[in-house]
Amino acid sequence: MVTLLTDATEMEVQDARVEGERLWLTGADLEAATGWSLRPEGLCRGDVCVPLPPGRELVRGERIDVAAVWRHLGKPIVHSDDGSAWALGEAASDRAAQLRSLEAPDFTLPDVAGRMHSLSDYRGKKVLLVSWASW
Amino acid sequence: MWQGLYEELKDRNFIVIAVALDSRPADPVQWIEAAKPTYPCLIDRDHRLAALYNMVNVPQAVWIDERGIVVRPTEPAGAYEGFRKMNRVTREMPADAARTTAEARVTYMNAIRDWVKKGAASEYAYQADHARDRVPVPTEDVARAHAAFRLGQYLMRNGQPEEGDRWLAEASRLHPDSWAIWRQRAGVNELGLAAQPDFWERVDALGDRKYYAAVDMKGMPQ
Repeated sequence: MVTLLTDATEMEVQDARVEGERLWLTGADLEAATGWSLRPEGLCRGDVCVPLPPGRELVRGERIDVAAVWRHLGKPIVHSDDGSAWALGEAASDRAAQLRSLEAPDFTLPDVAGRMHSLSDYRGKKVLLVSWASW
Repeated sequence: MWQGLYEELKDRNFIVIAVALDSRPADPVQWIEAAKPTYPCLIDRDHRLAALYNMVNVPQAVWIDERGIVVRPTEPAGAYEGFRKMNRVTREMPADAARTTAEARVTYMNAIRDWVKKGAASEYAYQADHARDRVPVPTEDVARAHAAFRLGQYLMRNGQPEEGDRWLAEASRLHPDSWAIWRQRAGVNELGLAAQPDFWERVDALGDRKYYAAVDMKGMPQ
């Protein structure tokens, strides 16, 4: 079993195969974890499709090497020594584009009582969004 | 820190959302309970906010209007780099630094009041082009640091503290300007503050360089 960590989610995948730097997932698991899916035109999410690079084995039967695909998309990916946990990060260029759009990126986080709050719950108000810490 | 301002402005369609970049769960809870804020105080153990808004320290803030549009991107929230002048033994601030720190805070609070009152017409709310120019954008290393931090925090929580710590160290190496990442792993002193000698080494390493980019706000001490 492998745990996939994305920006907002933590997902356990039963049917994953790890070979060193390669992470083979089924198309269904890839889509569930990341929203990206394999189509004839390449790797797609929403209206965006990225062709797969030729000459590299990224697809084997019904499985996709998600680590290679992620790197191909320019996104950072790191994994634990034993390959049981993988963090699929977001690319700097995607973050920059999001920030430059000026649309405040949404997130959902718990308060002390465990109640979840999304930034978008407060649409219609002016928001001072501020970081703090106990230290 | 924000409770008074929130109480004053909450009936004018204004809210404060405070996000603790803090994974030692007992720590923020203790502070929240002491301060009794009535605005949402959220716990962000994976520093997601820092990744999304490219924050490096606390307190940093973003102003978001009623449509969900950023009108002031990430910047220090009324903070002044007074820590440079602090007496490292007594932790006292010299009078001039304390005065400047207070001035930075008042200037920032007054700017918020102006924005809440005047909205887009406030001189403190940026036009879109100006806001876009002021957005701090992450580098590739910063993006990698956030992925490493995410993995490190997961391992820390799941019985692999040594390997987790290694990833947090890697995140800090990739993103040395993030004091938020570094402090998550730093030792804390008897007051629960990360102000051990290694903190002061970081301050000294800045030399003449400012830690924060200058805040573009009339009257803000730089």
